[in-house]
Amino acid sequence: MNIFDRMVALDRRWVFLFLFVVVALAYFFRSQFSVGVVTTGEVESIYNFIENAQPGEKILVSFDYDPSSLAELHPMSRAIMLHCFRKGVKVVTVTLSQYGAGMVEEITREVSAEASELYGREIVYGEDYCFIGYRPYPAFVILGMGENFRVFFPRDYYDTPLDEIPIMHRVRNYDDLKGVIAITSGTTSDMWIIYGNARYNMPLSLGVTGVMATDYYPYLGNALFGLIGGWKGAAEYEKLVKQEADANEGMPAQVVAHLTIVLFIVIGNLGYLMTERKKKITV
Amino acid sequence: MEDSMTVELLWTTLAALLTVATFSFLYKDNPFYKFAEHLVVGVGAGYFAVLLVMNSLKPTLIDRVIIGQWWYLIPGILGAMMWFRFSKKLAWLSRFPIAFYIGTSGVAIPLYMYNSVNRQLSATLDLTPGFGSLTEFWNIIIVIGVLTGLMYFFFSKEHKGAFGGAAKFGIWILMLGFGSSFGYTVMARVSLFVQRIAFLEEWYFMVKNYFV
Amino acid sequence: MVFTVSLFMVIQYFVPLDSWAWMYQYLIDWTIIIGVFALLLGIWSLLRVNWGKISRRSENWGYAVITLVGLFVMLIFGFFPGGGNLNNYVYEHFFFYILVPIQATMFSLLAFFIASAAFRAFRARSVLATLLLIAGLVIMIRFVPMGPLSEPISDLASWILKVPNLAAKRAIIIGIGLGAVATALKIMLGIERAYLGRD
Repeated sequence: MNIFDRMVALDRRWVFLFLFVVVALAYFFRSQFSVGVVTTGEVESIYNFIENAQPGEKILVSFDYDPSSLAELHPMSRAIMLHCFRKGVKVVTVTLSQYGAGMVEEITREVSAEASELYGREIVYGEDYCFIGYRPYPAFVILGMGENFRVFFPRDYYDTPLDEIPIMHRVRNYDDLKGVIAITSGTTSDMWIIYGNARYNMPLSLGVTGVMATDYYPYLGNALFGLIGGWKGAAEYEKLVKQEADANEGMPAQVVAHLTIVLFIVIGNLGYLMTERKKKITV
Repeated sequence: MEDSMTVELLWTTLAALLTVATFSFLYKDNPFYKFAEHLVVGVGAGYFAVLLVMNSLKPTLIDRVIIGQWWYLIPGILGAMMWFRFSKKLAWLSRFPIAFYIGTSGVAIPLYMYNSVNRQLSATLDLTPGFGSLTEFWNIIIVIGVLTGLMYFFFSKEHKGAFGGAAKFGIWILMLGFGSSFGYTVMARVSLFVQRIAFLEEWYFMVKNYFV
Repeated sequence: MVFTVSLFMVIQYFVPLDSWAWMYQYLIDWTIIIGVFALLLGIWSLLRVNWGKISRRSENWGYAVITLVGLFVMLIFGFFPGGGNLNNYVYEHFFFYILVPIQATMFSLLAFFIASAAFRAFRARSVLATLLLIAGLVIMIRFVPMGPLSEPISDLASWILKVPNLAAKRAIIIGIGLGAVATALKIMLGIERAYLGRD
């Protein structure tokens, strides 16, 4: 048994501990080194979409994620909301995820306070943004919102009739919105493409987790005008809006973790190659 | 002010302890992890039940029936029929709401056909393949990749000869696609862990600032 | 009922008359309402299973008590009249300080499992595995600062995502689309009736 085989045969808890310590140290000492984030076209498209919007125009942002994807999707949600508030773009928020309501409350509360401080104007619920609530069965809700918001959401999350919310005046369906940005962690992204864009042809972009990001490249240029993929995409958007925070701060630790895993793969494969070579020589 | 800081610290400490309890699974399954696991199931179910009733059912059914839109009793009754699923004698009643639900899902037929087949095929054929520029050359690879990828999944014909060769190129393309998914998956999983480290660091500084 | 309703939904897509729009909206709205009852059925099921474990004193029944305590605390404070319902203090704080950290941490454990799996099992045993490995490695190291190599690797990663990955995923999407349409048609025409449960 060579050294590589012995390493691979180690109790996996040593691997866990090694990764834990290395990544934690990299995070604690993150200010010692920086990672350059290069922006990509698919993220810039979303940035330009909001940047070119006129103050007062309205977009729908759907926060369809649970606490399990909070790490990746909260940073991009924050960056997008800050961008909208800076530009004076009104945001109608909704969630189609079972624990998404808490995510929306957290992000809108934090970002509206942050934006009020940053941009010197109070961000008011009902005028700058609103939260129309949660409904199950995303496919049907997406179809329904394309017909008439009020049939499926007669009241907002805080039990106020939609007609009494200033931002919802003259908003009947997707035709009255500039576009939709869906920040999702599951199959809801497919629902937005199939039941939303394919049916109603509204401008649609997605913010998705890293696990799903590669699956949506075929839709760029036809169903989607932009795509923010995972933590890296969030870091790109933070850089574009010049509000580097969680995603950018975590990049050094990300890089170290990736290098560690690459090292594991290389060690494992070196051991495998040496074993195969030995077998061939013996034969 | 100090009271609210103390309360905030206590709640955050609870969150930190539960985070550490969940991490303890990495060592081995233990009562602390099991406690956290079962607690999250109960709290999650309770949260969802309240949200469903107060935010989904109340405005769309209860409030409407109260103001006189009695026709909403029809979905209400159909929904209640779903609950007969647990009855041995009356379980057949639950089939009606299920059939209604499946029926409305029929809208998926034209939408899937348009989005997943027509639109994707036309996006592929809209590409300008050629040798005039690098982009055009890569477009050839994309068109061939899509066709050979589809050929790989066609198992009604044996993968032999020219067809087999094309299917082989298709699986190479698929492997490159799966490899990129793996790379992104690693990034996704690691970012979840880094965020937990960030939270624990935040809690540490909260404790430090409170006592110092 | 399945055939009639689904036929209407298909026809409505191709012939979206305003005179039918009200029926289309009601069908979707009612489906969501019926669906809510189905989801509440799941909560009832959880209650039944855990109550059963406690009454039978099954193995680890103590944990079932914890599940039900968590469930009832949320139900009581969430439905408590005058308690603010969705903005109730206990309801909100249990969500943010119990559910969020536990769920987020549970999914973060996957980082360790993927590292361990990569270490033990990810081997370039064949051409296909090597291709997968190379693509994965390029994507993983693309934002590692490597001086003059950074840009070529970043360009290569971008190429992998926009050419072979796009082709592969598009082929998969087309395949899934055809399969989904075929299955939906089978259900609509009554050939497939597994969703109704056992006769």
